[in-house]
Amino acid sequence: MELTNENVLGKIISEFGEENIQEPYNPDGIMTITTNRETIHDLIKYLRDDQELQISFLTTMCGIHYPGKGDKELCTMYQLHSLRHNYRIRIKVYMPISDPVMPTMTDLYATANWMEREAFDFYGIKFTGHPNLIRILNIEEMEYHPMLKQYPLEDQTREDKINTYFGR
Amino acid sequence: MATENKTAELTEIEQFRKDHGLAIKEERQLTTLNLGPTHPATHGIFQNILQMDGEIIVDAVPTIGYIHRAFEKIAERRPFYQITPLTDRMNYCSSPINNMGYHMTVEKLLGITVPKRAQYIRVIMMELARISDHLICNSILGVDSGAFTGFLYVMQEREHIYDIYEEVCGARLTTNMGRIGGMERDLSPKALHLIDEFLKRFPKVWAEFEKMMTRNRIFMDRTTDVGAISAERALSYGFTGPNLRATGVDYDVRVMNPYSSYEDFEFDIPVGSKGDTYDRFLVRNAEVWESLKIIEQAYKNLPEGSYHADAPHYYLPPKQKVYTSMEALIYHFKIVMGEADIPVGEVYHSVEGGNGELGFYLISDGGRTPYRLHFRRPCFIYYQAYTEMIKGGQLADAILTLSSLNVIAGELDA
Repeated sequence: MELTNENVLGKIISEFGEENIQEPYNPDGIMTITTNRETIHDLIKYLRDDQELQISFLTTMCGIHYPGKGDKELCTMYQLHSLRHNYRIRIKVYMPISDPVMPTMTDLYATANWMEREAFDFYGIKFTGHPNLIRILNIEEMEYHPMLKQYPLEDQTREDKINTYFGR
Repeated sequence: MATENKTAELTEIEQFRKDHGLAIKEERQLTTLNLGPTHPATHGIFQNILQMDGEIIVDAVPTIGYIHRAFEKIAERRPFYQITPLTDRMNYCSSPINNMGYHMTVEKLLGITVPKRAQYIRVIMMELARISDHLICNSILGVDSGAFTGFLYVMQEREHIYDIYEEVCGARLTTNMGRIGGMERDLSPKALHLIDEFLKRFPKVWAEFEKMMTRNRIFMDRTTDVGAISAERALSYGFTGPNLRATGVDYDVRVMNPYSSYEDFEFDIPVGSKGDTYDRFLVRNAEVWESLKIIEQAYKNLPEGSYHADAPHYYLPPKQKVYTSMEALIYHFKIVMGEADIPVGEVYHSVEGGNGELGFYLISDGGRTPYRLHFRRPCFIYYQAYTEMIKGGQLADAILTLSSLNVIAGELDA
C-alpha cells in the first residue's frame, strides 16, 4: 500500500476515533496530528506494529513551549518515519504547564530514553515510567528548566555587561 | 540486613549457581573505573563510569553534557543569519554539511529554489566534508589499535580539504560556509584547481591507506566482532548513517529524500552485515570512494549559472551595490539587522551528515528569530547504545567501539 497523508489519517482515525485525533494539517509535506496523553502511547505502538504502516523509526522528539496558551502551553512533538515506505508523520501532544506529565515511550523505542531526558531537562516534562529520568545536558543542581520561554538567554544577575552599551 | 537475606528468595542466577554446585553469592570483586572525561583515547569530552570485573566491562554509566552550549536556546534569540555559525560547531569534523543543512531548512521555510550551480557546489563541499569526517574516524580507529602511521598520512589530505574550504569560504574548521539562498561567492579558479588536484591525488592515498588497514591481520583481529549491534537494536536506538548501514540497513537520506540535486548522481550505498567495528570501518572506507565519485561527477558537470538564488529579500546584495543602489542598501540593512520578512511555518529538513540523519526542526512564528529550532543530532541519539555495545567486552575494545562510532562531542552535546 502506498502511504499517503489521506489514507494514513483515515486508518488512524478509524482506529482511535475522531475525538482523539485532532487538527490534522500539513505544514511541510509531513502530516502533523494532535492527540492526547491517553492515546499517544497506543498510537505510537499501533503505528509501529501495524503491518501496513510500519512507521517504526522514531526520528526525533522534542518539547515546545507556548507561554500563555493555557491548556496548550507545553507541547511534545514526536516525529516518526517509515523506512519501508519512506513516509514521515509528526504527532503533537499539548498539556498545561501545571501538569507536565507524559507517558514514556522507552518501552517502544530504546532511543526515546535520552530524548525524553532531554525534554525533561529543557522543559520539565515528566515522563511516567521512564527508567532514569534525570537531567542529561545540564547540571543536576540546576533549579529550573532553561528552554522555557520565561528564561532570558543571559544570566540577568551579571553586572559586567552594561545594557546601554550592549543593548540587550 | 544479613539475617534478612537468608530467608529471601534466590534470584534466577543464584538458583542456577546453587543447582550447579557453585557458591550462591558471587565472590568476584568489581572495580570502578573512570573513563574520561578528558582522556586522549576518548577523542572528546565524555565520561563513562565503568564497572569492571578484571578486564571485562560489567556496566557503564555515561555522563554527557560537558560542552553543552545551549544552541537551541541561543538560536531562539538570534536572527536566522546568525544561526549558521552555531551549526558548524556541532559536528566540527564536517561543518559544511551542518551549515548547508541549516540553509536548506530555512530555504524550505522561505520557499526559495536554489539554482543548479549552487546545488552542485554544495554537493561538492558536502562530500568533501564527508570524506574529511570519515577519514578522521577511520584513521583514528587505526591509532587506537596501534597503527599511527596511517593517521598522519591521511591527515595531510584533510589539510588539503581544509585548503579548499579556505579558498571557498575563508575558514578552515568552523566554516560558516554559504548563505541562505546559495553560496556567498562562486568557486574561484584556484578553488577549482585545488579540487581537481585533490581528485587526482586522493585516490592513491586512500588506496594505500586501505591496503594498510583492510586486510591487516592485527587490525582485523582487534575489530572483528567487537562492539557489534544487530539491525533491530540499531533501528530501535535510532541509528542512522554509516553506523546503521554497517548493520545491513541501506537507509541513506541522500537517496531516500534527495536534496540539493543528489538525484543527479550515480553512487552506491555500501552496507555491512554484522554491525561490528570492522563493518563500520569498511562502510566508511567504501563511502569515501562513493563520495569521490559524487565529487567527480559534480565537478565534471558543474552547470553554468548563478551561484545563489534570486531572492533579494533574504540574500545579501553585493557590497558595491549597497554603496550605489538604494534598493540594495535597504535589503542589506534589513537582512543584517534581522528584519527580513520570515513567513510563519513549520519545517523539518534532514541531510545525511557525517554520522547520519542530521535533522533541523524549525518553527517560525514570523518573528525575527526562530520560535523553536530543534537539532536532530545523530551522535546524541546513537551514543546511548554505547553502554549496551561495550557490556561484556574488554576495556581496550570499548575504546575501539567508541572511535568507530565516531561520536563527536560537539554534536553530542550541542
